[in-house]
Amino acid sequence: MKSRGDEEEYWNTSKFKAFTFDDDDDELKESKEAVKSLPQLSDQDDGDLVEKVSWSGEPVGSISWSVRETAAAAGGGTDGEPAFPSRIPADAPNVAKVNSGYSLSSLFKGRKAANVAAFADASGDPLGRILAPEIPKPKSEKQDLIGDWSPQDTVKRMQQGKAVSLERFRCLQDKMRLLDWSVGTHDGNVITAVLISLKKSLSKEVLIGELASRQTALRHFLNYLSESGDEALLGDIYSALGRTEDAALLQYKRHLSIADEEKRRDFLKGCLSLQFSAEDQSQVRDQLSLLERQMVIEAADRQAERGGKVEIFQRFPRRASIPHMPLITTLYYCCFYHYDQPEGSFSSPLNVRQSFKISEKQFFVTALSARAKQKSWSDVDALFTSRSWLGFTRKKSPLAFQKVVDILHRNAAPVRVLQDYVGLVDDAEARMALAHQHKCHDLVINTYRDSKDRRLLLGYRGKVEAGSAAERKIDELLNDSQIRWKN
Amino acid sequence: MAAHLSYGRVNLNILREAARKELREFLDKCAGSKAIVWDEYLTGPFGLIAQYSLLKEHEVEKMFTLKTGRLPSADVKNIIFFVRPRLELMDIIAENVFNEDKLHSTRDFHILFVPRRSMLCEQRLKEQGVLGSFINIDEYILDLIPYDGDLLSMEYESAFRECYLENDQTSLYHTAKGLMTLQALYGTIPQIYGKGECARHVANMMLRMKREFAGIQNQILPVFDTLLLLDRNVDLLTPLATQLTYEGLIDEIYGITNGYVKLPPEKFAQKKQGEASKDLPTEPKKLQLNSAEELYAEIRDKNFNAVGAALSKKAKIISAAFEERHNAKTVGEIKQFVSQLPHMQAARSSLANHTSIAELIKDITTSEAFFDNLTVEQEFMTGVDTDKVNTYIEDRIAQKDPLIKILRLVCMQSVCNNGLKQKVLDHYKREILQTYGYEYILTLNNLEKGGLLKPQTSSRNNNPTIRKTLKLWMEDANEQNPNDISYVYSGYAPLSIRLTQLLARPGWRSIEEVLKMLPGPHFEERQQLPAGLHKKRQQGENRTTLVFFLGGVTYAEIAALRFLSQMEDSGMEYVIATTKLINGASWIKSLMDTPEAQMH
Repeated sequence: MKSRGDEEEYWNTSKFKAFTFDDDDDELKESKEAVKSLPQLSDQDDGDLVEKVSWSGEPVGSISWSVRETAAAAGGGTDGEPAFPSRIPADAPNVAKVNSGYSLSSLFKGRKAANVAAFADASGDPLGRILAPEIPKPKSEKQDLIGDWSPQDTVKRMQQGKAVSLERFRCLQDKMRLLDWSVGTHDGNVITAVLISLKKSLSKEVLIGELASRQTALRHFLNYLSESGDEALLGDIYSALGRTEDAALLQYKRHLSIADEEKRRDFLKGCLSLQFSAEDQSQVRDQLSLLERQMVIEAADRQAERGGKVEIFQRFPRRASIPHMPLITTLYYCCFYHYDQPEGSFSSPLNVRQSFKISEKQFFVTALSARAKQKSWSDVDALFTSRSWLGFTRKKSPLAFQKVVDILHRNAAPVRVLQDYVGLVDDAEARMALAHQHKCHDLVINTYRDSKDRRLLLGYRGKVEAGSAAERKIDELLNDSQIRWKN
Repeated sequence: MAAHLSYGRVNLNILREAARKELREFLDKCAGSKAIVWDEYLTGPFGLIAQYSLLKEHEVEKMFTLKTGRLPSADVKNIIFFVRPRLELMDIIAENVFNEDKLHSTRDFHILFVPRRSMLCEQRLKEQGVLGSFINIDEYILDLIPYDGDLLSMEYESAFRECYLENDQTSLYHTAKGLMTLQALYGTIPQIYGKGECARHVANMMLRMKREFAGIQNQILPVFDTLLLLDRNVDLLTPLATQLTYEGLIDEIYGITNGYVKLPPEKFAQKKQGEASKDLPTEPKKLQLNSAEELYAEIRDKNFNAVGAALSKKAKIISAAFEERHNAKTVGEIKQFVSQLPHMQAARSSLANHTSIAELIKDITTSEAFFDNLTVEQEFMTGVDTDKVNTYIEDRIAQKDPLIKILRLVCMQSVCNNGLKQKVLDHYKREILQTYGYEYILTLNNLEKGGLLKPQTSSRNNNPTIRKTLKLWMEDANEQNPNDISYVYSGYAPLSIRLTQLLARPGWRSIEEVLKMLPGPHFEERQQLPAGLHKKRQQGENRTTLVFFLGGVTYAEIAALRFLSQMEDSGMEYVIATTKLINGASWIKSLMDTPEAQMH
C-alpha cells in the first residue's frame, strides 16, 4: 500500500493535476442561458434545404430507418400470418415521431457544399451516375479461357470468384503447390477453400504432417475448424503439434455452453486431466471445487428456506441460486447467510477464505459489505478490532477509512456508526469533509473546540437541528469561559 | 447528406460515388421488384454510402431484418440477403429459404456478401442444402467506408484479434485491396512507409497486386504523397488511456457507432413554447456526429477542458445574430434576416445539443472516480510504480468495478512496465478470476497472446528511453491553446502520432534506435509513377499523407493528427484510414472470449 506521504505528494504535485472544468461552470451556464433565451421561432418547412430526422436521430429515408418502416408495413399485411419478429406496429412511437426535428447537417452547408450535394445526392442522381468513377479491374480478369489451369492460375481464378475444379489436383505434390500458391495470396477465403478440399481428399495424418511445416496454412485451418465447430479434429491437431495448452483451453471453453450444474461439474472434472499451464490448472481446479461447494450449499439452503424455520431466509429471501456465481459473490453470500457457521463448515466464510486463499483485502471488503447490509454493526466493529490481539483497541483496516465510510454509508449506516469511522480517516481535511457530509456533529464540534475556532463553531450552530443535543453542546462550549478562543 | 466528405483536402466523395455505382449495378442484376433482408450490423455502414431513396429507385420495395423463422410476406420478385460472411448468419438464411421452399414460392433468391464472398459460408449453405436456391451470389467490396472528410474506416471489428491473436491475415488482404481501390481513384501513392509486421505484409501485398495490374498505367495525378502503415501493436498503450478530447470522451462514455451516438434523453426533451413539459421520452436520443455540423467540427477535437469556453463563445455569437432582428427596418433587411433564419435555428439547436452533451460529460469528468482513474493512468504513463501491485486497482476489484475497466488498467500497467513481474501478474490474475469468475481464464490468455498483458521476460524496460526520446510525456500540456499533440491526453503524446509527426520532420533516420525497440520492422518503399504524373508542387503547398492504422485508431489520435494538419508550419496534411474506430473498452471487449463479449 502506498504510504500517506506518497499519497499526499501525488495529490500535490503538478503532474497529477485534476481534470476538472474549473471555471467553466459559468461557461456552460452561459451557453445554456443563451439557448434558453433565444427565440424559438416556429418550425418552417424549408423544403429541400431541411433534412428530416426522426427522434431517434435517423434521417428519415436512411437505411436503418427504412428497414423499420417497410417492415412495419409488411407486418400489417392481410394474410394473417404470424407476425414477423421484427415487425413494428404502425403506431409505434418511433414511427409516429418521424417529423419531430431537423438534422443540422443540411443547414450548415455553405454554398459551395450545397452545390456538391446537389449532384451527389439529388434524387434521381443523374450526374452522380455519370460522374461516378470506375474502378479498373486487373487485366487478367478480362481473359477467360477454359483450360488446364496450373495451381497458380487456379488460385488466381479463385480470387476472382470464378469456377474452378480443385479435384483435378490429384497427387500430393500438386495439392501442396496449390496450397502454397493460395497462401501466397494472403486471401483467407481462397486459402480456406483449398484447405476444405484438402481436408476432404487427404487423410488426417498426411494433412497434419504437411501443415506442420506450413504455419500460415495451419493457422487458417485451425480457424476454419474452430469456426465450423470441428473441435475433435482441432484437438487432434493441437496434440499432434504438441500445442497442448491450446488444446486444453479449447476444450475448456466448451464448459461455457453447459448450463446444467451437474453436467458442468462433470465436464470440469474431465478438464482437470487436460494439459493446462500449471497456473491455469490450479485455477480450473479451484473453479471445480467452488462449483461443488456451491452445489452443496445450494441444496442445504434451498431446503432450509423451504422449511421456513431458519429466520435469516425469512427475513432476507434469497434472490438467486449460487451455482455459477464467482467466488467473491459466493463469499458475500456466505458472509450474509452463514456468518457464524463454525469454521469447519462448508459454508463458513472463514472456510471459504482458507480454501481459496482469498486475499485479506478482498475478504475484508466482502465481509464488511455483507454485514453492513444486514446492519450488524457489532460484526462490522469486530472486523476492525479482531486483529488487536496485543490488547490494542485501535482499529486497523486494509482499506482506507474513506472507503470504509463509503461502504457503510451505501448500506445506510446510522450516524453513530459512521462517525467512529469518519474519525479514523487520516487526512484532516478529508475527515472534516466527510464529517460534514454525514452530519457527524460530535466530530465537527470537537474539532472546532480543539482548534479553538469560535467562529466556525458558531457557524456550525446554524447547521444543526434546533433543540438537538448537538446544539446544546455547542452552546455549552460557547459559554465555557475556560476556553481561550482564537477568534 | 455527404457534402462534408468533399470539404477536405482529398475529396472522399469520389470513393462514395464509386461504392454507390457498384451497388446500383448489383441491384440491376436482379431484375424486377425486390426486398432486401439485412444483416442488421450492415445497415450502419451502408447508411454512410446510400439512402433508402437510392435503393427504391432500383425497385427495392421492402426491407427486413434478418431473423430466424419465416420471411415476412412481400409481393416482390427477388429476395436479396445483404450479409457479412458469417456462419451463424448462413444458418438463418438457410432456415428462411427452406421455409420459403415449402410454400413453393416462386421468388428468386440472391446473396450479397459484404465485404467479401466466403467459400466457407457457401460451403455451409451447401451443407444445409440451399445453395442451389440462389440465382446470384455476389460480393460487395466495401473495404474503406468514407466516414468524414478526412477519415476512412473498414469497420472491421475483429481485425486486431485476427491479426495478433489468431494470426489470420485476411483483414490485411482486405486492407491491401482497399488501398488498391483507393489508388485507382486517387492515383498511385509514390512513397510507402511502415512500421510493424502487419504493415510489412500489407505493403508486400500492395506491391504484388500492382504487378498484376502491369500494363494498365494509372493515369491519375497522385493526390497522396505518402502512405504510412502503422501496426496497432507498435503502440498498445494509446488506446488503453482515457481519451480527453470532446469526441473521444463522447466515445468513451456513450460509444459512437457508425457516426451516431445514443444519449440519455432527459437533457434533450423538446419543449415547445406554450406546451407544458410532456412526459419525457424514454428512448435514447440518437445524434449524428460529423463535420457537416459546424459547431461540432469546431469543438470535437478540443481537450474537454476547452469546450466550455468554446461553447460560451458560440453562444454569444448566436445571441448577437438573433439580436440583429431588432435592427432590421427595411423590407430588404427583414428579408435578409428571414433568409438566414434556418441557419440560425440550426446553430441554436446545435448549441443546445452540445451544451447538453457537455453537461452530461462534465458530470462524469468531475467525479472522484474519474479523477482517481485518470491519476493512476497518468502514474503509469509516466512510469511511476509500474512494477508493483497497484492499490487503486486492488480496491476497484474489491469493489467489483466493471471488469473491462480493470483489464484496461492492468494491461496499461503491463504495457508501461514492459511486462509485469510474475508475482504481480499472478496476483492480479487471481484477484480477477476470484471476483469476476474463473471462465475469464480465456480472456486473460487472449490478452497475453495479444501482448497486452505479459510477464516480464527481461529485466530491461525500454519504456523510459522511448518516452524520453519521443517526448511522450509533456509537463504543462496546454489544453486551451495547444502547441503539441499531447493536449489530447492532457500530457501524454500518443506514440503512434509522434511517429507520424517525426516521419514528416525530420524523418525516421533520427530515431532509428527507438524504432528498433518497438516491435516489427520499419521500412520504406517507392512506387514508380508514369512519366508526366510527377507533381509539380507550388511553393508552400502542403503534402498529403494517408496514415493507415492496422488494428484500430482512437478519436483522440485522430484529433492529434488533425491538430498536426492545422499547424501552420507543419507542411503536411493527414487523411486517416483504419480497420476500425476503437477505444480501450471496445478494443478489450473484442479480445474477450465469454458469452457476453460475443453479443453485439
